[in-house]
Amino acid sequence: MITTSGLTKVYRSRGREVSALDGVDLHVREGEVYGVIGQSGAGKSSLIRCVNLLERPTSGTVTVDGVDLTALGGGGRRAGKELRQARSRIGMVFQHFNLLSSRTVQDNVELPLEILGVTGRERSRKALELLDLVGLSDKAKSYPSQLSGGQKQRVGIARALAGDPKVLLSDEATSALDPETTRSILQLLRDLNRQLGLTVLLITHEMDVVKTVCDSAALMERGQIVESGTVSELLATPGSELAAALFPVSGEASGEDRTVVDVTFHGEAATQPVISQLSRTYNIDISILGAAMDTVAGRQVGRMRIELPGRFEENVVPIGFLREQGLQVDVAGREELADGAPQLVKEGVAK
Amino acid sequence: MQPLLSQACWDTFYMVAWSTLIAVVGGLPLGLLLVLTDRGGLLQNVVANKVIGQIVNIARSMPFIILMVALMGFTRAIVGTTIGVEAAIVPLAVGAIPFFARLVETAVREVDGGLVEAVQSMGGNTWTVVRKVLVPESLPSLISATTTTIVALIGYSAMAGTVGAGGLGDIAIRYGYQRFESSLMWITVAVLAVVISLIQFAGDSGARVLHRRAGKGGEPLRFRAFTGLLPGGPVASESTATAGSSAKSG
Repeated sequence: MITTSGLTKVYRSRGREVSALDGVDLHVREGEVYGVIGQSGAGKSSLIRCVNLLERPTSGTVTVDGVDLTALGGGGRRAGKELRQARSRIGMVFQHFNLLSSRTVQDNVELPLEILGVTGRERSRKALELLDLVGLSDKAKSYPSQLSGGQKQRVGIARALAGDPKVLLSDEATSALDPETTRSILQLLRDLNRQLGLTVLLITHEMDVVKTVCDSAALMERGQIVESGTVSELLATPGSELAAALFPVSGEASGEDRTVVDVTFHGEAATQPVISQLSRTYNIDISILGAAMDTVAGRQVGRMRIELPGRFEENVVPIGFLREQGLQVDVAGREELADGAPQLVKEGVAK
Repeated sequence: MQPLLSQACWDTFYMVAWSTLIAVVGGLPLGLLLVLTDRGGLLQNVVANKVIGQIVNIARSMPFIILMVALMGFTRAIVGTTIGVEAAIVPLAVGAIPFFARLVETAVREVDGGLVEAVQSMGGNTWTVVRKVLVPESLPSLISATTTTIVALIGYSAMAGTVGAGGLGDIAIRYGYQRFESSLMWITVAVLAVVISLIQFAGDSGARVLHRRAGKGGEPLRFRAFTGLLPGGPVASESTATAGSSAKSG
């Protein structure tokens, strides 16, 4: 649905060049919620603004719903007619809502329809329908200043949906909201994604947002996408920073003669009571040092850090059992056995 | 005395009303252009911006009485005469256009860039941005700017008496000063004070109502009598009407 390839964006100011995007390849499938996470300055804001060409990328292409936007005319700040038409089919919500304070809620939602040239009666019908969809039908005649942050963002979402877009871009839409409101807005995005088949690309710096609502995620650092994939794929990737951040486990061995094992659950195995099976089968005592389990996109996923008595050499068989169950097993301190284990050890120490 | 005063009031009203109208019609697009052509603007054009800015600066720094004399040829070409109320409207309007344009510029710059971006993301073009965002969102400030311009024009119109345009300022000079009829002068001063206070009050109320609706708070309303008449009055009220404008207006 959204594909960017080799996207770069270089800002020039006072002779200095700052590279905000450095060869970003992003692929968002139709109907999924895709989260791009990164710290401020990582380039995620530039990325989302390049998707509807609010910023024109220095090089690379952006394709949304089969249309190569970068090929459409309009150099510089002034967008050509075709680009403007394409933009009207891409909804966008903003961190600071960007509602017109001089217009009522209903008039704000009607604004994109005015731009599209929809007639008055049809405009108000559509606007009221959308306000109903976001649960604000009683606020149609209010002004934005009379609404709470969460309500403002609902208006922003209703407005973004006015042009019947297939794609919704969310630029830190929940970052100005409290945790409670954030959850309700994310729930709304989730519902819209399911009801309308809307493809959502959101950027955020909050891991919780990705965890709550995203099917897929990408981690951005210094203008590049470092990791990307569906949440299950990420979890299955040894040493994945995103997986570690989404499912942080901590805890250190309680003594010398102990083996610390990280077990990652994704897919089928998550429904099996493997830990108690392991305990009963081999008659060993297992301590759970830490665990982060969750239901992501309807599937149970997570990680658990357990401690087995004895050195690694004594635990080869139980660990083999866990692997047989389809679990991903990483043994702390055994770099040669677990791919990406160096990161694992480092993380264990850091936490 | 009565017909003299009422005629003067009418002359002043006539001059100020027309020149305000022309100043708004001319100054609004000019002010918008100053913002749009600036670096980072939607119609970025640094050369055009510098040229417009320079013209506005020169016109603004010109003392009105000199502008009036300098424009005599232009005035004659337009209204056919250089004497009378109609003739005074031309230099008044020409002087007020850049004045109002700077106030518009300041007001429009205050509009949140995010709103412009939002309209662009909906597929709006530059004209949509001007019509749906820049003007409506800055309307409270634009009303304040218009009030300031009207008060300034009443001040300028006193000088228009020198080209035989009449008006309240003319009465104060000719009868009050030159004929030593100080009672008539003070009546004129009182009339001007009341008129200016009423205009300021009306403008402030209008701006405040819009401001409050937009949820921007709004300053407490004061009935500012005499401010427009004090030396440098229009300038002082300019800085209160749109904060920071005086810094840029030079």
